[in-house]
Amino acid sequence: MATPPSALHEPWREPERQHDAMVFGLWVFLASEVLFFGGILLTYAVARHADPQGFAAGARASDLFFGTLNTAVLMTSSLTMAVGERALKEGLVRWARWALIATVLLGFAFLVFKGFEYRDDFEKHLVPGLDFRFTGRAEQLFWGFYWTATVIHAIHLSVGIGAVGRLLLLDWRGEMPSHWMGAEATALYWHLVDIIWILLYPLIYLTGRP
Amino acid sequence: MENAGVLRGAPDTGSYLSESSVKSWLTTTDHKRIAILYAFSITLFFFLGGVAATIIRLELFTPNGDIVSADGYNRLFTLHGIVMVWFFLVPSIPTTFGNFLLPLMIGARDVAFPKLNLLSWYLFVIAGLLTVATLLAGGVDTGWTFYTPFSSLYSNSNVLLAAAGVFVAGFSSIATGINFIATIHMLRARGMTWMRLPLFAWAMYATSLVMVLATPVLAMSLLLISVERIFGLPIFDPRAGGDPLLFQHLFWFYSHPAVYIMILPAMGVVSEIIACEARRRVFGYQFMVYAMVAIAVLGFLVWGHHMFVSGQSPYASMVFSFLSFVIAVPSAIKVFNWTGTLYRGQIRFSAPMLYALGFLGLFTIGGLTGLFLAAIPVDVHVTDTYFVVAHFHYIMVGASVSAFFGGLHFWWPKITGRLYSEKFATLAAITMFFGFNFTFFPQFIAGYLGMPRRYYHYAPEYQIWNVMSSSGAVILAAAYLAPLAYLGWSLVRGERASANPRGATGLEWSVPSPPPTENFDRPPVVTVGPYRYHPEHETHQAPDHPAHEPQRSA
Repeated sequence: MATPPSALHEPWREPERQHDAMVFGLWVFLASEVLFFGGILLTYAVARHADPQGFAAGARASDLFFGTLNTAVLMTSSLTMAVGERALKEGLVRWARWALIATVLLGFAFLVFKGFEYRDDFEKHLVPGLDFRFTGRAEQLFWGFYWTATVIHAIHLSVGIGAVGRLLLLDWRGEMPSHWMGAEATALYWHLVDIIWILLYPLIYLTGRP
Repeated sequence: MENAGVLRGAPDTGSYLSESSVKSWLTTTDHKRIAILYAFSITLFFFLGGVAATIIRLELFTPNGDIVSADGYNRLFTLHGIVMVWFFLVPSIPTTFGNFLLPLMIGARDVAFPKLNLLSWYLFVIAGLLTVATLLAGGVDTGWTFYTPFSSLYSNSNVLLAAAGVFVAGFSSIATGINFIATIHMLRARGMTWMRLPLFAWAMYATSLVMVLATPVLAMSLLLISVERIFGLPIFDPRAGGDPLLFQHLFWFYSHPAVYIMILPAMGVVSEIIACEARRRVFGYQFMVYAMVAIAVLGFLVWGHHMFVSGQSPYASMVFSFLSFVIAVPSAIKVFNWTGTLYRGQIRFSAPMLYALGFLGLFTIGGLTGLFLAAIPVDVHVTDTYFVVAHFHYIMVGASVSAFFGGLHFWWPKITGRLYSEKFATLAAITMFFGFNFTFFPQFIAGYLGMPRRYYHYAPEYQIWNVMSSSGAVILAAAYLAPLAYLGWSLVRGERASANPRGATGLEWSVPSPPPTENFDRPPVVTVGPYRYHPEHETHQAPDHPAHEPQRSA
């Protein structure tokens, strides 16, 4: 694909090389992210190992409906992100546009459902420290994990929505085809956020359920 | 003049310093200018941490508390630790010399992601402001390690603010690490193969790997402390069945590798200086490379040696002890190879070389005492004594800071285009070596005799060692302040430097001093390996450098 010079940044001379570097840099960043989440997953493992029954009792209070719905939403967004990125690479700008719009909307839908779930959690006294429903340590730790991990995940997802939104903004300005380089890096990031959710889903919603 | 090109209306031929407005500095994406921004910032923090150290040494001059309260003392050494580790040592060499030199050394126009590079500086500034805010709000008293339950239950100080500062500084580190890794992988000039990379570039690569893979774990552990403090979660609280050791594991999983973030760059700097000032090829180049990578990898496997007395499993302690001995092997290989490089060299005792030789001696002492501490029985005896304090200051200050000053003098003509006064610089280098040993060697003895660290009111029999240490610190402080004067003077009145005043190899010396904005006129092509100070199989002397006259007897 022809790339106008505007998309080529210092210090790069060839668009292919710049593209490779962006993707490579993002992979290195993903490695860093994996260790970031590794810290909290280790804490989860230690806490769950210390009191499996109490942990399961805490986990049973989680909302399976919203969890499953959001998993479906986010998996679908991965599909639309992949379609959008491939379409952009193949020069199918119309396809790419609609797929990316769908991705952003699904991302927002996830956040909205998550908001409803958070509201229910508040009403059910599932916030440690705020008139918490359980007294056991394991239950507190489970819900501490729940809030910390899902809020960090939601922040990551918001950044992802911003990145896809940026691609759409470029499209609106008519610069999209020249920025296909950014699309692959954005897609990689989006899939990482989804994969983290795939890990969180069983750890939060399926633990404690037969 | 270097501005002539600008006057002719061809801005791309000017030096990187030719634009001087504040805005041009704050919005720059030039790796060389970002290096200068970082240099200013870390210098401020070095002296801030230094002020705290000065007050600590003044306080310890007598066994009783005279100047500060017990609580004030806790806040002082915490400030000293946090500032020196995260705002000086971790960023010191990578963000200044790394940023400035790495693209030049590998023949690139800039780092892979120049905007990310600038962002990392802004993150660093935000982190620094949070830390200064912590200080103004009264400081923190947990020690730089933020150990639970001090930091989660018992501290009434500004733990959250300090943790936020370190958290943000961590992202600045990660950004720099990603940038360097991508730069080295993707931007090497034609012919610059991996085994032709200067050792400084390899050091940046190994350091960046550790930054990218260890720092996020620190971020998560600080986040967990914050959550515990805010929501009262019993993650680390032993009274509610939480696990304080979990915090130590998470913390040292970052902070032991962080020791290598602080020392690997110093090893890279010293390799460049020793080869150039001894006019020798680096002895065993490939082993030097593998040793650095081995240190970076093994560095992730030894964190438990900080926890020998914590009550962790004795089997875990044994494994960590063994691995700590193992990591001494690549470090020793490096020491032997530097020494081997000196053998039959045409050694110039210039200021950078004196710093590098100082590094070699102090790193060896720091490393050998590290072996004492890796042995569990000895460690149990001296845990939390001044022996440990002396050990890590030999590595962090004796080795890393000496290398930083060595690099500063070595590349000063390249960075600023000016020559400094060799006489004053030599004097400062020698003063620093003596001042350092005078300050920290007595601490080995005090610690071996049993003086605990972090006490401001100590038993009177240790006073002699503390008086020595505090007196030495005065000399050390003078040696740190002196370069501000003579290097500052060189900026005003220093002689202009040629492109390669040291006759060094390496692409950074092939461009004018100071380098032009775009670094190279045309992309360089590399056909030979680094450090060609003499022909491959020639063992006597450098061809481009006449042998010294035989030393005269006095």
